[in-house]
Amino acid sequence: MPSLKDLKNRIESVKSTRKITKAMQMVAAAKLRRAQEAAEMSRPYTERFNAVMSNLAASVGGSDSAPRLLSGTGSDKVQLLIVMTSERGLCGGFNANIAKKAKTHAKKLLAEGKEVKILTVGKKGRDQLKREYSKHFVGHVDLTEVKRVGYADAQGIAKDILARFDAGEFDVATIFYAKFENVVSQIPTAQQIIPADFEEPEADEASTLFDYEPDEEAILADLLPRGVATQIFSALLENGASEQGARMSAMDNATRNAGEMIEDLTIEYNRSRQAVITNELIEIISGAEAL
Amino acid sequence: MADTVQFDLVSPERLLASAQVTSVQIPGADGDMTAMAGHAPTITTLRPGVLSVEGPDGASEYVVTGGFAEISADSISVLAERAIAKGDMTREHHEAMVKEAEEALSRAKETFDNEPGPVDDAAKLLADMVAVGDHISV
Repeated sequence: MPSLKDLKNRIESVKSTRKITKAMQMVAAAKLRRAQEAAEMSRPYTERFNAVMSNLAASVGGSDSAPRLLSGTGSDKVQLLIVMTSERGLCGGFNANIAKKAKTHAKKLLAEGKEVKILTVGKKGRDQLKREYSKHFVGHVDLTEVKRVGYADAQGIAKDILARFDAGEFDVATIFYAKFENVVSQIPTAQQIIPADFEEPEADEASTLFDYEPDEEAILADLLPRGVATQIFSALLENGASEQGARMSAMDNATRNAGEMIEDLTIEYNRSRQAVITNELIEIISGAEAL
Repeated sequence: MADTVQFDLVSPERLLASAQVTSVQIPGADGDMTAMAGHAPTITTLRPGVLSVEGPDGASEYVVTGGFAEISADSISVLAERAIAKGDMTREHHEAMVKEAEEALSRAKETFDNEPGPVDDAAKLLADMVAVGDHISV
């Protein structure tokens, strides 16, 4: 039976924990709004970019001279997994879910006898994958210092990946991130970025015949590397929104749990206090009777 | 008043401009072009340069680098990797851009020793960047 003093201390400590989780929840909510805005701002660019790219890819894709970023190296032996996670913890299952998705994918590829290389963005994912796959690691991108993810960050990552691709280090690249659905659900997603994988353009849209300046292939060769950066950028933004959403609901739960715990502890505290008073009364009364 | 056409300037981070305009001068990779309403559908890549827009509400200019423009009869969309309104362009911005292009050139020189293609491209990029500076007189 804990003493009254112990109980009081525990209630105090849970109360201060609740204050912290509550504050974190509110901070996450504010950050989430900003992250969502950033994701929304980037949408027009991404959508149009992909529309033009899929048109171009459809018209050039069939030819033998198509760029390697589009047609691939003709092999899928070496696979690069780019695992994007957050730099901070305390966001529920966010990082674990992405890491799990990447692990299942890696396991499947290894079972098929393929070579797996892993590049991590964000240190939480690196920590989780390190245990099993440390010998597959080829690099890590640190975004700890970055307050607001900008396009330049995505370009940096894309440059790194493209340099590796040009050096023939891998054949297929897939990014792993969490797609932001809403505050309570973020869907871990795998998306292949090299060779580029575009949706087929819709039939009625493809009917506009464009003049290309310079020719289609030159444009495609110029735009494909930018496409990689664009996809990474939108994945980073989605991930940012997802992280804040996950943290917000995790902290909301924590705040609620702390509240319940305080209630339980308070009841226990009151009961023991009552018990102590009753005991004292009994002692006084029996003492008085003995006289 | 001449016919107007819907003009959008988007960078990955945000939508910079969206308005009805009469003409847009685009720094295309193969040379500048001016697009007006009823232009033939064209897609062109951009070189670093100044994009000038003329509309019923006045003219505006933007410094753009890398990306492409999609022109059709009733809309012009410019997707630029970096786009800055000319008024917001400072000497620091420009110096950073020139420095970046210089680095790209020296890198290209290192990696492609005997291939003129990439080195020339990088040199052209640098020249374009410098020319942008002259144009906006920073």
